[in-house]
Amino acid sequence: MSTDFAPEELLIATVADMLTGLGHVAVGAQSPIPGTAALLARARSGGGLRVSMLGSETHSPFTDGGRELFDCAAQGRIDAFFLGGGQIDGQANINLVGIGDYPETKVRFPGSFGSAYLYFLVPRVILFREEHTARVLVPKVDFVSAPGVSEENTYRKGGPHALVTGRCVFDFDDAAKRFRLQSIHPGHTVDEVREHTGFNFDMPDDVPETPAPDASTLALLRGDVAEAVTERYPAFAAKVFGTVNAA
Amino acid sequence: MMTSIEDLAARIPDGARVALAPDYSGVSMATVRALIARGAKDLHLIGVPSVGFQGDMLIGAGCVATLEAAAVTLDEYGPAPQFNAAIKAGALKMIDGTCPAIHAGLQAAEKGIPFMPVRGIVGSDLLTHRDDWTIGHDPFDEEDGPIVMVKAIRPDVTLIHAPLADCHGNVWIGVRREMMLMAHASRNTLVTAEEIYDGDLLADERLAPGTIPGLYVSGVAEAANGAWPVGLFGRYGPDDAHLRDYLQRARTVDGFASYLDEFVHAPKAAE
Repeated sequence: MSTDFAPEELLIATVADMLTGLGHVAVGAQSPIPGTAALLARARSGGGLRVSMLGSETHSPFTDGGRELFDCAAQGRIDAFFLGGGQIDGQANINLVGIGDYPETKVRFPGSFGSAYLYFLVPRVILFREEHTARVLVPKVDFVSAPGVSEENTYRKGGPHALVTGRCVFDFDDAAKRFRLQSIHPGHTVDEVREHTGFNFDMPDDVPETPAPDASTLALLRGDVAEAVTERYPAFAAKVFGTVNAA
Repeated sequence: MMTSIEDLAARIPDGARVALAPDYSGVSMATVRALIARGAKDLHLIGVPSVGFQGDMLIGAGCVATLEAAAVTLDEYGPAPQFNAAIKAGALKMIDGTCPAIHAGLQAAEKGIPFMPVRGIVGSDLLTHRDDWTIGHDPFDEEDGPIVMVKAIRPDVTLIHAPLADCHGNVWIGVRREMMLMAHASRNTLVTAEEIYDGDLLADERLAPGTIPGLYVSGVAEAANGAWPVGLFGRYGPDDAHLRDYLQRARTVDGFASYLDEFVHAPKAAE
């Protein structure tokens, strides 16, 4: 049980576990940890999981340009996707645009990408944000790039499944429209999570620890998976795994 | 059809609506430098669906009045410094969108129809800031709930870089077919190509399906390494050291000016 692992490796293994049994996972922009998790889940799936990684030349099956991912999603051909947020609030609204009174934002984020669409159409959307602070996890986002929940009559096939941060995992309760603390990463505490979370959330009496990756997971991750992710995220792979892009 | 990089830049007038591809697709950095060198003004850039380094440089150089995109992203290189500075200074009008709505708007233009319905978006604050998006209903099924409709996007010019083009204006883009959509939707398409193909790209059945026909293309210039310092799919990766140097310099006004002096205004610096 004394196997050492990097914080990123725990997050990768945690996200990968959420993809078990799925058929097709897509990965969008600026998603090195979710992307690596998808490749890990694929490596463990025995050929059952397809991964489509935007911007990759070797891990993308698409031949019809940028629109094909979105068309696939609208047809229900994608089971899981990842979204982040400069701000994420307690109703799972995400803000990828900026802080302040739009359009006069005090801090500008990159933009909404495909979030305003994919959040509605992909059944299992995993929110991922490594920074777990009260400035990111806010009571109410300043700008809703994509809403966490919708009114009854809205065409919506998907939405938030979980929120994974550098400190813990929340799952999302669709009925209550609230996050629920699911597990805490080794070395972190409930008090610390409460202190650094700007929104209210539910929790069980006993909060389990996020399971550490086992030796075989780490071996797979540091071998084939690290090599596979290096093409798309060379800087990330070099930092976490020490791999070098052959291209 | 065949012309120079400088001529391509001259054929993008001030104020033009210019469609650009993301950094992982085909970006004509050679023409971007020529646009900056000629002092282009008031451009309306349309990222299909996002822009990267070419957007940041054009914005920093004062060439851009409006940016319409789903995101500005330098991927692993972090935030776009000149874009962020321009937003902070109120020097750039940003029209925030989402990737599939930009594709759908171009698809409407491609089909010569006024708008296209798009899933999702309902309840996003993006919608409240767009006068070219509206909510309607499925005319065949009133029970289906609200659906967003986006107005057609008809760029004046698509500017791209491709691995191959021939003297008939046919341009091979392989599977990077967002550039096909852009060419179909735009009034004019201007292209730099890594190599000029000796022959007719449409005559080869293996190449023709990934080729933009010359009927959409109004100018082609040969530009070896034309996407540099950004990469080109299937050919070369980004020039990591150069891009890091750019980011370092682009943090300040003087640093950005020194970058332009060295790589844009100094003749033949890039070649």
